[in-house]
Amino acid sequence: MTGGGRVLDGALVRAGGLVKRFGDFEAVRGIDVDVRRGEAFGFLGPNGAGKSSTMRMIACVSPRSGGELSVLGMDPDRDGPRIRARLGVVPQQDNLDVELTVRQNLHVYGRYFGLSRARVRAKADELMVFAQLSDRAGDEVEPLSGGMKRRLTIARSLVNDPELLLLDEPTTGLDPQARHLLWDKLFRLKQQGVTLIVTTHYMDEAEQLCDRLVVMDDGRIAAEGSPTELIKRYSTREVLELRFSPGEQEDAQQRGIAELADRVEVLPDRLLLYTDDGEVALEAVHGRGVRPASSLVRRSTLEDVFLRLTGRTLVD
Amino acid sequence: MPRMGPSFAETPMTAAIGSTGTGGRVVSSPRAAWLRVEGHWQWYRRHWHATVFSGIAQPVLFLVAMGIGFGSQVEPSTATRGMSYLVYLAPALLVTGALQNAVGESTYPVLSGFKWQKDYLAVVATPITPGQLLAGQLIWVAMLVSGNGLAYLLIASLFGALAGPGVLLSLLVAVLTAMACSAPIMALSASINNDVNVFNGLFRFVVMPMTLFAGTFFPVTQLPGWAQPVVWLTPLWHGTELSRGAAFGELGLWPAAGHLAYLAGLFTIGVLLARWRFRRRLVV
Ligand SMILES: Nc1ncnc2c1ncn2[C@@H]1O[C@H](COP(=O)(O)OP(=O)(O)O)[C@@H](O)[C@H]1O
Ligand SMILES: [Mg+2]
Repeated sequence: MTGGGRVLDGALVRAGGLVKRFGDFEAVRGIDVDVRRGEAFGFLGPNGAGKSSTMRMIACVSPRSGGELSVLGMDPDRDGPRIRARLGVVPQQDNLDVELTVRQNLHVYGRYFGLSRARVRAKADELMVFAQLSDRAGDEVEPLSGGMKRRLTIARSLVNDPELLLLDEPTTGLDPQARHLLWDKLFRLKQQGVTLIVTTHYMDEAEQLCDRLVVMDDGRIAAEGSPTELIKRYSTREVLELRFSPGEQEDAQQRGIAELADRVEVLPDRLLLYTDDGEVALEAVHGRGVRPASSLVRRSTLEDVFLRLTGRTLVD
Repeated sequence: MPRMGPSFAETPMTAAIGSTGTGGRVVSSPRAAWLRVEGHWQWYRRHWHATVFSGIAQPVLFLVAMGIGFGSQVEPSTATRGMSYLVYLAPALLVTGALQNAVGESTYPVLSGFKWQKDYLAVVATPITPGQLLAGQLIWVAMLVSGNGLAYLLIASLFGALAGPGVLLSLLVAVLTAMACSAPIMALSASINNDVNVFNGLFRFVVMPMTLFAGTFFPVTQLPGWAQPVVWLTPLWHGTELSRGAAFGELGLWPAAGHLAYLAGLFTIGVLLARWRFRRRLVV
């Protein structure tokens, strides 16, 4: 570890009652978070939950409005530059210099961290391999695809060998293949000992990437735990999804199928029956003479956790 | 810190991320600003041709059209300080060109850093601070304007438009005048969001009238009496007076000190304003 804050208890980020206000509006309403060295930590929540505001405070680019915050054992208000020297930041919106080449972006950015020219050159070559952009090294960034720009932004965030990598919605806007590729890369980074903090509104991303996460809604933390823990605590093992022909869903609700499950969620386009055995529940539904247009038994996900906690779906 | 064996031996991907936390450090403020200049230079290496027209060709074209073309109809007189119109015009156009160049560099490119390209947001996520970012931007504009001014002087000398080596002092004056305008305009650019009409207004109602009436093309004494005090308020008039004085070697100490104080004061206020606005915009 380079000089500066010593992290005695392994908490790289520690927030207590952390608040962010924009004028009268409270975007982050007193959250408590501990991120340990070496883990992949997630903020899962819908748009507007306050994830980016939180990430920007951790990244030491946005001063907190209240509460306590320490990053790498230091106070962002006092030691912003020293902390930032050891962070990697992938903002929600790419902010590459699109009039420079891929290589120039990495060079110039690396220099801001006090790296020598030789070091930055070598680093840029490595990172372009990492991001699979070596064959575009001399091309300007402007015409690159969204996925390539995102990969370059991520590569850029690694130029200073960060101890802590902050990724704000890293895969939003990427196609499924590119997402999986990226998850794989992030997983390997974690194996290398980089601590990751990820925000996302995709429950599959949170499940894939995070050892531990908080569910965030409306500036508050609604729950905390590992994906499996959260599912166990707030949902059942399985979910039976029932879809109906137009107009028939209400009819089904009136036949008392709510009794057939631990809990029922009514969505505009389907009913969700939470139960430990979906097949058994489906038979019971049929037994009541209810004939859904289609049915599906699946395992519970973080989406169900979110629905349970907030009464809303994550992505509308 | 030595980077140890295993990560070196592995694939580039692993090496890229091999040892964590040994990379970044905080650099001193002057160095931070200079690293921003390096960044601008990287841009310039690829895109210099996009700056040649506004920075060099435009003042040269004015020199040719007005100094040589129109000037052929102008007799040397007390109004031209006894010089040919071309020689009279050259040091003033140096200042005017530098000022326009600097204003251009301080408007859209700066707003873009905040708003469109957002590359300023990337910079302040590194150890670089908003103040250092601003310093780098100002130094870069000063360097660009100096380089373009020097190119203009070289071309002007081919036309025999230069009175003597005093024009090198004029170049310094031109850069000071340009920066005295650049700094407050950067503060403005850091303060506006959607209303780029502000820029159009700035060019149309400030820069253009200043160029036409603040002593570049004819002495201010030719203006009606009420207009002269207005002109005295413009940085361009102070710059033009200084530049001609330096070029022709006929500058009184006290007037020179007054002009310099005005320009230095405007620059200082501009820097303070810009630093405040940059912080306001970037630290939210
Ligand atoms: N700079 C800002 N000024 C005013 N309001 C803001 C600003 N940034 C974010 N907000 C508001 O704060 C809330 C949380 O935003 P954000 O942190 O971006 O949420 P998320 O990243 O979870 O979508 C939103 O209602 C957003 O409009
Ligand atoms: Mg966000």
